[in-house]
Amino acid sequence: MRIQRIPLPEQEAVQEESEELDLSVLDPLIDKYRNKKGNVIPLLQGAQQRLGYIPREAFEKISRETGLEKSQLYGVATFYAQFRLSPVGKNIIKVCHGTACHVQGAEDITDALEDSLKVKDGETTEDMIFTLESVACLGCCSLAPVMMIGEETYGKLTRDKAVKVIKNIRIREKQSNS
Amino acid sequence: MNDTKVIVGLGSCGIAAGANKTYQKIKELKGAENLDFELKQTSCVGMCYREPLVEIVDESGSYLYGDVDEDRAVDILDKHIGGGEPVKNYVVKSDLFDTGRDQEFLEGQVKIALRHCGHIDPESIDEYIAQEGYAALHKIAKENIPREDIINEVMESGIRGRGGGGFPTGKKWRFAYNYTSEEKYIICNADEGDPGAFMDRSLLEGDPHAVLEGMVIGGYAIGASQGVIYCRAEYPLAVKRLNLAIKQARERGYLGENAGGIQGFHFDIMVKEGAGAFVCGEETALIASVEGKRGMPRKRPPYPAELGLWNKPTNINNVETYANVPYIIHKGASEFSRYGSEKSKGTKVFALAGKVNHSGLVEVPMGMSIQDIIFELGGGIIGGKEFKAVQMGGPSGGCIPNYLADTLVDYDSVSATGAIMGSGGMVVMDETTCMVDVAKFFLNFTQEESCGKCTFCRMGTKRMLEILERITDGEGQEGDIEELEDLSRQIIDNSLCGLGQTAPNPVLTTIKYFRDEYEAHIRDRKCPAKVCKPLLTYTVDPEKCTGCLVCARKCPTGAISGEKKQVHVIDQELCIKCGDCYNRCNFDAIIVS
Ligand SMILES: Cc1cc2nc3c(=O)[nH]c(=O)nc-3n(C[C@H](O)[C@H](O)[C@H](O)COP(=O)(O)O)c2cc1C
Ligand code: FES
Repeated sequence: MRIQRIPLPEQEAVQEESEELDLSVLDPLIDKYRNKKGNVIPLLQGAQQRLGYIPREAFEKISRETGLEKSQLYGVATFYAQFRLSPVGKNIIKVCHGTACHVQGAEDITDALEDSLKVKDGETTEDMIFTLESVACLGCCSLAPVMMIGEETYGKLTRDKAVKVIKNIRIREKQSNS
Repeated sequence: MNDTKVIVGLGSCGIAAGANKTYQKIKELKGAENLDFELKQTSCVGMCYREPLVEIVDESGSYLYGDVDEDRAVDILDKHIGGGEPVKNYVVKSDLFDTGRDQEFLEGQVKIALRHCGHIDPESIDEYIAQEGYAALHKIAKENIPREDIINEVMESGIRGRGGGGFPTGKKWRFAYNYTSEEKYIICNADEGDPGAFMDRSLLEGDPHAVLEGMVIGGYAIGASQGVIYCRAEYPLAVKRLNLAIKQARERGYLGENAGGIQGFHFDIMVKEGAGAFVCGEETALIASVEGKRGMPRKRPPYPAELGLWNKPTNINNVETYANVPYIIHKGASEFSRYGSEKSKGTKVFALAGKVNHSGLVEVPMGMSIQDIIFELGGGIIGGKEFKAVQMGGPSGGCIPNYLADTLVDYDSVSATGAIMGSGGMVVMDETTCMVDVAKFFLNFTQEESCGKCTFCRMGTKRMLEILERITDGEGQEGDIEELEDLSRQIIDNSLCGLGQTAPNPVLTTIKYFRDEYEAHIRDRKCPAKVCKPLLTYTVDPEKCTGCLVCARKCPTGAISGEKKQVHVIDQELCIKCGDCYNRCNFDAIIVS
């Protein structure tokens, strides 16, 4: 069972300084799903899609405006792997650790990326450009080992190939910033 | 006007191999050089090992080209379209000449569920209809076939659920039919949780209308008014194509009021995206998830047929099960049941992956042998290595060793080995795969995915994982194997749902068939397959080392020393066993033992 926790208030204080949250983006979502049955997951998915993750304030707002219990929202958000309770990098690197990828060296790919990005699996780089994650099977097992960044899937990876992909993305990010 | 067609395979696997770039390149060339052909798209034909695939159909016949990257696309267009000469050595399948091994891959198959995959544009309802799509639904409407007759036909076909359990589909439909209720639901399980399987993804991406048609027929048969497809969020392309297909089906009247022209039958379908939890593939957990709750399984009975979604009678089937239904209704049960074995009728789609040459999707009659699938269709093991085992059934299944390769793939024969047929994942392993590591891999998966409801599943899998970790770390103890077996029995006996009841299978089958490998780890502190890093030592072969310094420069901990042109030495104290030197050495001079 995966256990994620909403960041403690003191951790959150730091994040808030750097980022102003605009929760009004949730209004149309809440209007769409208010009082619909089975609305909890779509509400959370929508909130995450708009904000990148689900901050404490979003839980509070959704609960206040839909009448759903905060405990219920939180219970669902912590049950499913998809939901994130803290901010993530701009590019999420999903390294497949399904069976086919595992027997074809997925461990090495994660290793190489950890080395190159200087983060551990599940963490985000300091410049907020990358978050490194493991997932179970992207459904492209015939190209194992595989990783997915955004909508793009990269197959038949080696350590070097994987590192090269992220280096190129970093260069692109730097260029578009300057 | 020339009616040459150029068709690019744009399934997820093709796209990952670069098919989008190939498509763009062809489009560009077509415009730039004013070439006369129609450019179209399709999805995966299953030959994933040859992606990207491009098919050219001209008046002489059809030519399927493999490994078509941008450069090859230019070459092929130039010679085939421009010069009228097919480039034979890139062709993997043609109706005009033999293409050897690639041909065998396709010819050994019988395609029922995958009948349209790779042959039609999945985003075009017209192409589906042109291939007898929605014909089964038309037949029902036109001949006014009663609901009981449809259920009987499905029953007679002998089809059993393709999601893993293998429960007879006709029987399941009859249960849901027999409960009277104003409201009933029909659900398609597209959660495809087995990590290493992609049959359902390919079907949804390649032929979404077949799944919809199967659901409409099922909905009519049991008396449902609403269908729900619960699809993994990791399959964005499948979700997109399903939504498009639903929209098209509504416009043509196959969904909505008097769906498919059946008077008085009102039926619609929606897609729900999963949120990433393996246990939600279990039917009661799936229903909880659709209702917006934590996806925890509940006790059965009552079965969903009685109390399912929103407490109404509900029928759940797998994607592949539904995709077979239109075929059965249109062609008749006997056309389906002529394939397969005594108790397992029809065909089954398998996702061949791992250390096999032709990895991809294959659909074969039930009762073919594992040997034939891996060696005839699959083209044998990569690099000519030795076939060691095949994993079937994912986290609920097990590893079947090479000496049982003559096992037939049908529900009963596979179960007899201790593995399960499962949903169709087939991961091939060779001599370089460590079976204890594989067992640990699956336990790690189930331990993480356990919903936590049953203590034995929640804690038992954790304890088993700890033991497996200690064995692969070189700290195994006498009695560990027995303890694993004991824990397995307890977890099987005391878990509520299939996840816990089957979680020990990967461990039990590897102990059963590869006990010596466990013992080597525990007693001799050795990993025979050279996978478990803490048990390995890396040394330099003085005969082969040329002193090129490549390994020394790359070693992350500086454990390798030596002068240029002198034999290098690895400091065992500093070595972290990352294997980088082994991977980089051009002279095979690093010895792993
Ligand atoms: C832990 C667990 C995971 C499952 N995952 C899936 C899945 O991903 N896809 C699927 O079709 N069935 C899955 N099943 C089986 C379903 O519970 C159910 O039996 C099946 O969807 C019924 O469809 P069928 O009769 O057409 O096979 C899973 C079962 C368990 C216990
Ligand atoms: S196992 Fe990695 S894509 Fe399936």
